[in-house]
Amino acid sequence: MKKKNPVFSFFSSVKLALFTLSLLAVTSIIGTVIPQKETFSWYAERYSEATAKIFQVLSIPDMYNSWWFLSLLTLLAINLIVCSIDRFPGVWKQIKADNLATDLKRISKMRLSNNWVSDKAADKLATELTSTLANKGWKTEKRKRDDALLLFAQKGAMSRTGVYIVHASILVIFVGALIGELYGFKGSIMLPESQTTNKIFEFGTGNSIDLGFDVRCDRFDIELYDSGMPKAYRSHLTVLEEGKIVLEKKIVVNGPLTYKGITFYQSSYQGYEDFILSVTDQQSGKNQSVVLPFQKPKALASLKTSIGIVNAQMQGQSITRMKVWFDDDQGPASTFWLNAGDQVTVERPGKKYTIAGKQMYATGLQVAKDPGVLVVYIGCGMMILGLIVAFFMSHKRIWLLLSKENDKTSVLMSGSANKNKVGFEKIFSSLSAELKN
Amino acid sequence: MDSSQLLGITTFTYMFSTILYATIFIFKAKKLGPVATVFTIVAFLIQTAGIILRWQESYALGYDHAPLTNMYESVVFFAWTIICLYLVIEWKFKTRIIGAFAVPFAFLAMAYGSFSTGINKEISPLIPALQSNWLIAHVVTCFIGYAAFAVAAGLGVMYLIKNMSESRQTTNDDSRLGSLPPLKVLDDITHKTMVFGFLWLSVGIITGAIWANSAWGTYWSWDPKETWSLITWFIYAITLHARYTRGWGGTRIAWLAIFGFVSVIFTYYGVNFLLSGLHSYGSS
Ligand code: HEM
Repeated sequence: MKKKNPVFSFFSSVKLALFTLSLLAVTSIIGTVIPQKETFSWYAERYSEATAKIFQVLSIPDMYNSWWFLSLLTLLAINLIVCSIDRFPGVWKQIKADNLATDLKRISKMRLSNNWVSDKAADKLATELTSTLANKGWKTEKRKRDDALLLFAQKGAMSRTGVYIVHASILVIFVGALIGELYGFKGSIMLPESQTTNKIFEFGTGNSIDLGFDVRCDRFDIELYDSGMPKAYRSHLTVLEEGKIVLEKKIVVNGPLTYKGITFYQSSYQGYEDFILSVTDQQSGKNQSVVLPFQKPKALASLKTSIGIVNAQMQGQSITRMKVWFDDDQGPASTFWLNAGDQVTVERPGKKYTIAGKQMYATGLQVAKDPGVLVVYIGCGMMILGLIVAFFMSHKRIWLLLSKENDKTSVLMSGSANKNKVGFEKIFSSLSAELKN
Repeated sequence: MDSSQLLGITTFTYMFSTILYATIFIFKAKKLGPVATVFTIVAFLIQTAGIILRWQESYALGYDHAPLTNMYESVVFFAWTIICLYLVIEWKFKTRIIGAFAVPFAFLAMAYGSFSTGINKEISPLIPALQSNWLIAHVVTCFIGYAAFAVAAGLGVMYLIKNMSESRQTTNDDSRLGSLPPLKVLDDITHKTMVFGFLWLSVGIITGAIWANSAWGTYWSWDPKETWSLITWFIYAITLHARYTRGWGGTRIAWLAIFGFVSVIFTYYGVNFLLSGLHSYGSS
């Protein structure tokens, strides 16, 4: 055997893997005990000035992005790559091995074997055995060996790659995370209803990021359970390119909108003490909307009417009901209560109006671009697939050696599996019983 | 009959199951074996009915969610999975002694859910962030993993007890410990159970990441609960490698099974009460 380079052996060893994984497990605890991403003064106050300085030197406040934690992850990745380079070629050789060339002595010495004698001629018997095996899903090959005939069948050769799929999946996930880190961003924006933006603000730095298109919030609603707990937060968003609408969607928590790789998540909201009212003349169908501050009526020029909010009821931060004052110069003004988000018909001398009103909100959107997510998900899929293959499948091999003995043919059957040997023993004995007949 | 009554009964039936299996083990009362099994199956069916009923009640209240969304419901599901897994092991490996070490976990979980004052048993509506099918997949898969790790820890304890007495040479086939499965078999079942748990924990972490990504746009944010689930995952990955490539077995693996489960418990309870983060809903 060739002697291996010691550096190579070091990086391919499972000992190193156990060491790195243990260190990752232990150091990961730090960030769950010490709150992350606070300011220096926060740590100084909570612990002490000296401790805060030590934290700073060791990058504890952002430990999962620190040089030493990332180095540990890199070490794990190198370990995985080198270990695979070291072992995979051997495994591939076993998968592609010419099992009909196996040393006949080895076949007779296998732990699982069985002998019997048949009256049939070797060739005829080989055909029969092949078809019985085929019925059980074993594909058989044969070759003349000296005076004998060797049959070989196998299942699950590829299952030997399972472990390597798992290991590769970890690297794929790392690559996906790196892509997201390099080419993605995460930020947020507080967007009042009816307003449009083409910028958002990056987390951490607060830098503004150009979206390359416009997003408008048309409407924001809160739906409540009877108990008053929030049931849904919903924003009606419109994406515009050069003033033209290209996409409209109502987003909720767990149901974001994606456009050009940028995704908008419903994350928070802010209530204003302003109201949005919309008045429609039922005859002409003419409609006008207006933003009203509390108790500051406004005139709606196109409808020749005026409207104002004279009173309102709050529940927490949200307005649930509002008292509307409405006048169209035809007799005394109407006042009535309107539930937020509802609409009513108001009858005026000779005219009918539909009036809808709600509190004005800004929707809080989390905005993320992460071109690495797909890669991460592919890695996750590979991991699950690889684990299933590695844990539950095995490479099973069967040899049948047919040799002439007077007029008869003696059969030597033997087999092996790389895993779950107990299970294979059962398969082997039932299969050999079947082949004997 | 409502779901809380059924689940209340379950707590007591699992206690009784525990006593039955313990009696079989301590007093070598082999004849009680079938009684214990049948009783546990009935208890399991009662609990299943309780869970289904609770699901229906949630729909009747207009909340429309599977009973897997708060600490109480997760504890109930945890107990259910342990019993389900245990019954499968009893059937597959034809031994009842393991029951004395696995069923108590289900009883303790139910007792904790029923009697702890810090736990809200109401069926409550879901806040928007929790309205996701990925959440359901996440909880189910994580708890199948946790249940497997609980059973593995019980097997680890069995292994250590038996091993201790064998090394003191006090065991003969008539003694109490002689009725335990051979060490080699225990070692094998422990390993298989951990492998099963590792697969489900992996799926659990992945579905959790997908959920987080659909709700917040970040599949991994190193919040304490996520980090602890990863630590637990590392511990079991270390265990698998130590066994598979360095030939560890027996006592060391038994200890690792117990140690891993301590980490599971911390991920599950400890984080909610001692640390803070996104998963704080669990503390209500
Ligand atoms: C978090 C990281 C890792 C995970 C999740 C993982 C997962 C696995 C799994 C599931 C197996 C199969 C065990 C079995 O069949 O019972 C395995 C085997 C193995 N792993 Fe890892 N692994 C990781 C890291 C590493 C690293 C860094 C190395 C580097 C040396 C390594 C080396 C091996 C070896 C040599 C085997 C045995 C392969 C064989 O059957 O020939 N693993 N790993």
